[in-house]
Amino acid sequence: MDLGNFLSYIASGTLYTLGASLIALPAGLILGLLFALLYLYGGKVLSNLMAVYSTVMRGIPPIVLLFVLYFVVSGSVNLSPFLAGSISLGIISSAYQMEIIRGAIQCVSGGQLMAARAIGLSQTQAVREILLPQALRIALPSWSNEAAIVIKDSSLIYALGVPEILRRAQLISASTQQPFLAYSAAAIIYFALVFITTRLLGRLEQKLAIPANP
Amino acid sequence: MTEPILRIRNLTKKYADKVIFQHIDLEVKSGDTIVIIGPSGTGKSTLLRCINLLTRPNEGQIFLNGEEITAKGINEDHVRQRIGMVFQNFLLFNHLTALENVKLGLTKVRHMKAEEAEVKAISHLKRVGLSEHMDKYPGQLSGGQQQRVGIARALAMDPEIMLFDEPTSALDPELIGEVLEVMRDLSKSGMTMVVVTHEMGFAREVADSIIFMERGSIVEEGSPEELFEHAHFPRTREFLGKISELYGKKEKKGE
Amino acid sequence: MSAWISLFQRYWPDFLKGAGITLELTFVGLLIGFVLGLLLALGKVYGSTWLRRLCTGYIEVFRGTPLLVQLFLIYYGLPSLGITLDQSTAAYAALGLNSAAYQAEYLRGAIVAIGESQMIAGRSIGMSRWQTIFQIILPQALRLALPAWSNEPISLLKTTGVVFLIAVQDLMAKGKRAAAASYNPIGAYLAVAVVYLGLVFLLTLVLKWAERRTKIPGFEMETKSS
Repeated sequence: MDLGNFLSYIASGTLYTLGASLIALPAGLILGLLFALLYLYGGKVLSNLMAVYSTVMRGIPPIVLLFVLYFVVSGSVNLSPFLAGSISLGIISSAYQMEIIRGAIQCVSGGQLMAARAIGLSQTQAVREILLPQALRIALPSWSNEAAIVIKDSSLIYALGVPEILRRAQLISASTQQPFLAYSAAAIIYFALVFITTRLLGRLEQKLAIPANP
Repeated sequence: MTEPILRIRNLTKKYADKVIFQHIDLEVKSGDTIVIIGPSGTGKSTLLRCINLLTRPNEGQIFLNGEEITAKGINEDHVRQRIGMVFQNFLLFNHLTALENVKLGLTKVRHMKAEEAEVKAISHLKRVGLSEHMDKYPGQLSGGQQQRVGIARALAMDPEIMLFDEPTSALDPELIGEVLEVMRDLSKSGMTMVVVTHEMGFAREVADSIIFMERGSIVEEGSPEELFEHAHFPRTREFLGKISELYGKKEKKGE
Repeated sequence: MSAWISLFQRYWPDFLKGAGITLELTFVGLLIGFVLGLLLALGKVYGSTWLRRLCTGYIEVFRGTPLLVQLFLIYYGLPSLGITLDQSTAAYAALGLNSAAYQAEYLRGAIVAIGESQMIAGRSIGMSRWQTIFQIILPQALRLALPAWSNEPISLLKTTGVVFLIAVQDLMAKGKRAAAASYNPIGAYLAVAVVYLGLVFLLTLVLKWAERRTKIPGFEMETKSS
């Protein structure tokens, strides 16, 4: 087998890796945003519930959660391992994203909301126009880190048999007896994915940055 | 007798067991500038925040142009559109330019069209002397400039009354003057203003009536001449004396 | 529910053994990661240009790739280069090398925060560069780093979860066995999850205790400003 075929076989797993990440990350964002808002504005019961959710989900290794969620999800709905795994990854990420968003929102000073109410904005308007835009910018660096983590954690769906990058590397290393090459290729592809994502988000950070005099 | 723009009746505010202020009665006639003075922590800021309903009083009533705004079922957001507030820490929206800060209330609350709002916002920024800086972000402006934007932002809503909560306390001394000048002009132009401040010079020159508050109650109320020249209560004289000493020093510096 | 409790009762000796291995993996990985991470941090702060680049490169690579890939590379890949490691050693190596990259950043941040002025102070009383680093800067830097660094042991504990995929008999491996034997995968893995939660809780207590013991009054790293 020549190098070209070798590499393209492993690289084709990228589809699954990217696919899983592109499902998990937005899912985690929507859930995380919801949970953060519930925690902050949902009253005592919901707030405590979300706190427990966050502590529990972040205290269990992602691989364990993945297995539990995967069996639960595929037990109830007939989904492919890829979809079930991706959704599970999203649920796992939601706990971490909830913390990031919550922290960012709490960083925005209460005075900003007070000033917003003072010119007659409703609570909803104040949150939407004043709080969230500022919180987003604060959250971006941490969120960018989480994006990298989701891409790396997507390698866990290897254990579910999904033909992503690592699984393909394993298969081809068996057939060509070139494990070092195969896994190095896998590592390089993952690195490229993480690198590009981090750079892109970094540029977004710069674009959104609020100008200030040093 | 015309209805005063603002009438406060028997207002009391407590946090848990602590009384912030109690049984406050106050009237503000249209076009008047009322200055509230007194030691820190005597509830002056809380009183202001009750007027525009950012904080709810425990007892008492507030009437804006005859309408009771503390009544049940009142839409607080609508009330706040009629009252302008300027904060000690400016509280400009950090992610928006000066122009956008002033425009926001016009587009989102008054539902003006963007072009209309922009024209109005620019005219208000011009009025406070900041038209060249309108595309700058708060982080790029000095404290005095930020506060003037804050004033423009509040004025743009065409409020019936303007509240100032220690507007110059967070400013470097050399920047205080530009803000006081804007406030002076505003008062002269006939805006009804309630100002909490330590700036005695301003109080003396601009106020129609001065209120001395201490420990949650109004100790004395009167015109600047009355309070500064022959205050009734010794405590008032003591406070004004100490502050004027400070003011006197500033005056010597050529303020 | 009672079925789940009985599952726990049947397998908890197994889980306990697995938890022990997990803790061992965490501890060894943390240790290797600390020593190597410290070297990387020192290299980045005090090293020559090419040393700095090397250290940065290492950190970027190990933080930019999944641990699972690193693990497979070491366990399955190295033998074809002549380096054959058994499962445990491969796991220690992967965890240690991986953790080093993360610990390097925590330590580097603390060293830089302390560094400049304390270095001047140390040199001014005649100490050499390295003396100052080890006697003055590091003792302070390590204490300063502790709160932020405390994230790493917990993170590492969770990360060890994947080593069962190269047949290391850790907690997760025991969970897999329980899942197969009991035909109750959800129950088994939930049980394992609970044990992990317990381990994280214990670890958090230990770290908080360590923080209290080493605290110097008035000496804290500013984290977030409001």
